Amino acid sequence: MNTSGYISRIFGTSPARPLQKHMDKAAKCAHKLPKLIRATYRDDWQKAAAAREKIVLLEHAADDLKRDLRLSLPKSLLMPVSRSDVLEMLSRQDRIANRTKDISGLIIGRRIIMPEPIQQAYLEFLERNLDAVTQARKSVHELDKLYESGFRGAEADLVMEMTDELGRLEDQSDELQVKLRAQLFALEPDLHPVDVIFLYKIIDRTGDLGDLAQRVGSRLLMMIAR
Amino acid sequence: MELAIFYIILAALFALFMAWGIGANDVANAMAPSVGSKAITIKQAIIIAAIFEFAGAVLAGGGVTSTIRRGIVDASLLSGQPELLIYGMLSALLAAGVWLLIASRFGWPVSTTHTIIGAVVGFAAIGIGVSAVHWPQVGRIAMSWVVSPLIAGVMAWLLFISVQRLILFRDNPLKYARRYVPFYMFLAGFFMTWVTVDKGLAHVGLEFTTLQSNLVALLVGALVTAIGTFFMLRIPYQEPEKRDFHFVTVERIFGILMVITACCMAFAHGSNDVANAVGPAAAVVSVALSGDVAQEAIVPIWILIIGGIGIVIGLATYGHRVIATVGQNITALTPSRGFAAGLAAAATIVMASGTGLPISTTHTVVGAILGVGLAGGIAAINLRVVGSIFMSWVITVPAGAALSVVFFLLMRALMPS
Repeated sequence: MNTSGYISRIFGTSPARPLQKHMDKAAKCAHKLPKLIRATYRDDWQKAAAAREKIVLLEHAADDLKRDLRLSLPKSLLMPVSRSDVLEMLSRQDRIANRTKDISGLIIGRRIIMPEPIQQAYLEFLERNLDAVTQARKSVHELDKLYESGFRGAEADLVMEMTDELGRLEDQSDELQVKLRAQLFALEPDLHPVDVIFLYKIIDRTGDLGDLAQRVGSRLLMMIAR
Repeated sequence: MELAIFYIILAALFALFMAWGIGANDVANAMAPSVGSKAITIKQAIIIAAIFEFAGAVLAGGGVTSTIRRGIVDASLLSGQPELLIYGMLSALLAAGVWLLIASRFGWPVSTTHTIIGAVVGFAAIGIGVSAVHWPQVGRIAMSWVVSPLIAGVMAWLLFISVQRLILFRDNPLKYARRYVPFYMFLAGFFMTWVTVDKGLAHVGLEFTTLQSNLVALLVGALVTAIGTFFMLRIPYQEPEKRDFHFVTVERIFGILMVITACCMAFAHGSNDVANAVGPAAAVVSVALSGDVAQEAIVPIWILIIGGIGIVIGLATYGHRVIATVGQNITALTPSRGFAAGLAAAATIVMASGTGLPISTTHTVVGAILGVGLAGGIAAINLRVVGSIFMSWVITVPAGAALSVVFFLLMRALMPS
């Protein structure tokens, strides 16, 4: 006789752990950026390329996890959270890794180095955005406890506080972005116009990281709100 | 008379085989909520299953056994030829055994109950005549197949909602778990005992008045609560600030409840499913001994014991491996969920046993798990698989019927008379 106990087949995979793993990869990917940026400041393009390679690998790994999770979520699943919330959160997390890859690609491809006067400010701005990514990662890591507690009660309150903090971090990064753009504007006459266009682009996309992190948090909040 | 002994031995052997099959395959489904939640080890689950399946079979298996033995076939049509009833019941057992063997070989989700009812109805309707079937009774049984997963689902839903409201949604779930879990322990002990004592023990020669059965149930409930609370208090209390361990500790408390639930589930399964094996055998024994199809005597207890032994042998030889596989494959159930599903299923099944209704344990368990899922307790339930399990009887009942008709015709042609 051969039964694997068909009753176990009625349980689908919980999306909590895969989402957490995916967020880990995306966050790890984003956190490789400072290394790359610092290498460009030292004009060490070999190190920068190595960092870029790691970013690409992590982005691919995140893509694989995304694909696996999507495949494990057929429409016929009964879940305490809506399927579209899970998928939407996944795609926002994934865009953190994608954005990181974009930024690194631009920098390596065009050999862009931040102008000396704003190098420190840019790094600080990047770090603040990465803080938001870290905070989003921490919030996502509350998912298994949220499942345990049924998305209500003390645990849900805690996640709400965490997403509030995420909002504050994002506000701070917005302020830094305004300042950074102003500084760049002042430097414009001394720079090559094409470079300026791409510098703005990089600043924008770096700001996207914090923005995306916040949107991961807001999707988490929507799961609780139901 | 020699022929009678031959029939009885054959019936006992077939029943033993069938009970072995139940122990080998079915018990794993009944124990799924318990082993899936990892609150008890596989070894503990097997020991609990062996003891309580046997107890359930012997103490509370009489009602359903009576139904299968004489509730489905109108034997008065056969008063001239008692051997036809014997052939029929033997073929039903054989058919069910063979079908289950085929089904489990391919991993199909089939229910023992559906197979045996299909087999008994099949030989009676086609081998003897459509009017030989008590259709109203068959209709009641079919209704109970629809209703039992529903009842289990609603009960599991209510139980889990109460667990959420009383414990999980609180600021300090551990504190409230320690306060309320003993009530659930009492509920489990009281209800299971009350149904069994009130409805099931007549054939063991024990008749209780309502007052007496209430008292016995209260006593057992209190005893279960006392033992459970003793073990619960040995789990150290933790302040809610230690967040990482807080829910782990809450679930450990539910783990104790899970042990009680596992006992209830094994008992309930034994009480309902042993009849699938020994019901037809009891009919054969009764007819062979008296030479009369009326079957006035109550179910002899030794037949229930044979059924119980068969289940335990099935468990020991093969079922333990299936239980281990099920336990490993289910990762989504925590003890608080497993408890709600398990207790709801056990209560539904033991109620059906008390009323003499043969229901599918698997369907009831699946209904209960679905109830917990609807209350938001389970991360993901695959509704397509649930649907295929619920629809399986559409094939199982006719398959059991067809096989038993074939065996019946063969036996009638070949048996010495």
